[in-house]
Amino acid sequence: MKVNDVILQTVSKIVVFIILTFGVELFLSGHNNPGGGFIGGLVLSSGFVLLYLVNDMETVHFGIPFDFKKVAAFGVLLAVGTGVGSLLFGSEFLTQTAGHFNLPVFGETELSTVTLFEAGVALTVVGVVVTIILSISEDV
Amino acid sequence: MNNILVLPMLIPLLTGIILVFIRSNVKLQQLLSIVSIILTATVSVYILERIQREGVLRLDFGGWKPPYGILFVADSFSMLLVLTSSIVTGIILLYAFSTMGKAYKQMFFYPFVFFLITGVNSSFLTGDLFNLFVSFEVMLLSSYALIALGGRKVQLMESIKYVAVNVLSSWFFLLGIAYLYGTVGTLNMAHLSVRIAEVGQSPLLTIISLIFLLVFALKAGLLLYFWLPGSYSVPPTAVAALFGALLTKVGIYAMFRVFTLIFYHEPSITHTLIAVMAVITMIGGSIGAIAYNDIRQIATYNVVISVGFILIGLALSTNVALQGSIYYLVHDIIVKALLFLLVGTMIYLTGKSKIQEMSGLIRNYPVLGWLFFIAMLSLAGIPPLSGFIGKVFIGQGAIESESYLLLGVGFLSSIFVLYSLLRIFLNCFWGETIISEDDDKPLKMGVLIPSVLLGLLTIGLGLGADAISAYVSDATRTLTDPSIYIRAVLNTIE
Repeated sequence: MKVNDVILQTVSKIVVFIILTFGVELFLSGHNNPGGGFIGGLVLSSGFVLLYLVNDMETVHFGIPFDFKKVAAFGVLLAVGTGVGSLLFGSEFLTQTAGHFNLPVFGETELSTVTLFEAGVALTVVGVVVTIILSISEDV
Repeated sequence: MNNILVLPMLIPLLTGIILVFIRSNVKLQQLLSIVSIILTATVSVYILERIQREGVLRLDFGGWKPPYGILFVADSFSMLLVLTSSIVTGIILLYAFSTMGKAYKQMFFYPFVFFLITGVNSSFLTGDLFNLFVSFEVMLLSSYALIALGGRKVQLMESIKYVAVNVLSSWFFLLGIAYLYGTVGTLNMAHLSVRIAEVGQSPLLTIISLIFLLVFALKAGLLLYFWLPGSYSVPPTAVAALFGALLTKVGIYAMFRVFTLIFYHEPSITHTLIAVMAVITMIGGSIGAIAYNDIRQIATYNVVISVGFILIGLALSTNVALQGSIYYLVHDIIVKALLFLLVGTMIYLTGKSKIQEMSGLIRNYPVLGWLFFIAMLSLAGIPPLSGFIGKVFIGQGAIESESYLLLGVGFLSSIFVLYSLLRIFLNCFWGETIISEDDDKPLKMGVLIPSVLLGLLTIGLGLGADAISAYVSDATRTLTDPSIYIRAVLNTIE
C-alpha cells in the first residue's frame, strides 16, 4: 500500500530548513554558551534523518551526494588535525588559539581554532548518526 | 615539551582515519598499515630510551597544567607495553595480509585494527582516570566491530554477550569514577594518589577501589572470565590473536596502575582479594584448558590462566614479584599472539578444530609443529624461553613473602598449561598423518613468517632478557615507589 504523505512532505520542506538553521545556530553559539559541535551535530543529523524518512534514499542521495561514513572520518580528521596543527607550531598537542581579525562584512571578529575542532566534532556526529540510522533502516 | 608522547596514540589514529578514505585500495592500505606500525614501534623505543635518561615524562594536552588538564604520562612500564603491543600488532597485521578475505579488508578491517591500537596505546599512556575510561571505550568500540565483522551466526551470538558484558562493566567504571570524584574531587591519577595518602584510605574509598577492581577484573578476565572463551574463539584468527594478546593486558595494566599508585594503603583487603581471585582464576582456567577438545577453547583458557598468574605479582606487590609480572606481561603478549596464530593456522590447514580429528600434522608441516613446540615450552616457562624469567621472579617473590599457596597454585597451573598444550601437540602433530600427499595444502609463506617472527621473539626475549632488564627494573621502581610518578606529574615548574 502506498502511504499518502503529502502533508509530511510539505511540512518537512519548511521544518528541515528550521532544524538545520537551529543546528548551525547551536553549533556557533557553543563557543561561549550552551551548545557546540556535538549538540549542533545531533540536531543537524536529525534534519537529515527527517529528509530520509520523508523522501526515499535515492532522492536524498541525489541532493546530498556524500558517503556519510567518509563524512564521519573527515570530521575526525579535522578534529585531530587541529591537535596536530599545534604540534607544528611547537606547542602542546591540542593547544587551541584565538585571535581578533577585522573582516570586511562582520567587522571586528574573534576567530578561534576551537571552532575548527568543533566543526570536526559536528561532522563526525552527523556522519555517525546518519550511518547508524541508515544501516538500521536497511535491515527492515 | 614532550609532544612525542602523543605519537603512539596519534600515528595509529591518523592511520585509521586515512585508511577509511582508501577503502577500495587494499594494497595501499596494507603498505600504509605496516609503515605506520613500524613508525609507532620506533617512536616507542625512542621514548623508552628518553625515560631512562630523563625519568618519567608527561605531556599536558593543550598546555593545561595538572591537575586541571588531561595528560599523558609515560614511564617504563607503560612504554614497555606500548612497544611490545606495537611490535606484536605489526606481526599480526602481516598474518592478516595473507589470511583475511578481500571482503574483510574492504569492510574497514584495517581501520578498526588501528582504532583498537589507538585505544590500547592511550590506555597505557594516560595519566587521568576519566581519560582511561575514554581510551577503554575507543578500544572496546573497535573490538565490538572486529568481533562481529564477518557476520556469521556464532559471531553475532558471542558479540551480543561480549557487548552486553562490556557495556555493563563500562557503566560500573563510570560509577566508580563518579564516586571517586565525589569523594576526593580529582581524577588525575597522581593527584588522586596524593589526596588519598593525605586523608587516608577510609572504608568508603576501599569500597570504591573494589568497584574499580570489579571493572578491571571483568575487562582482564580475572575471576569474571565467563565471557572470554566464547568471544575470543569466534572471530577470524588474526582478530582472535589481537584480542588474546592485547585486550586482557589492558585490564591488567589498569589494575597494576590503580592498585600500586592510588589504592595501595589497604593491601590486607584489596590485595588479598586480588590474590583470592587470581587463585580461583588459575584453577578455573586450568580446568577449562584440559576439559575441552576444541583447540581454540584450549587456547582461550590459557589466556585465563596467564591472567591469574600475572596478578600473583600484584597481589604480592613486592619488588621482585612486580618485576616478574612485568617480564611475564611482555612475554605473554608475544606468546599468546603466537599461540592463537598457530591454532588458527592449524584450523585453516585441516578445516577441523577438535583434537581428535587431527593427527600427524608434523609430517606435512614440520616448521609449524616445532613452532608449536616452542610456544608450548615458552608458555610452560622452560628456560631459555621468555616465560622462564617471569615465572622465576614471581616464584621468588612468593617465597620471600611466604605465600606458599600462591606459589603452589601458580606453578601447578603451569603444569596444566603444559599438559593442555601437550595434548594438542601429541594428538594433532604426532601419529598417523591424516593429510595425504595429494591434498597437502601448501603452507603459504605469508602465513608461516609471522609465526616464525613471534617464535624468534620469544626465544630472543628469553636469551636476551638482560637487554630489557634495565627497563623492567626502572618500571618496577616506579611501581613500588608512587612518589616518582607523582613528582613527575605534579611538578609543574618546567
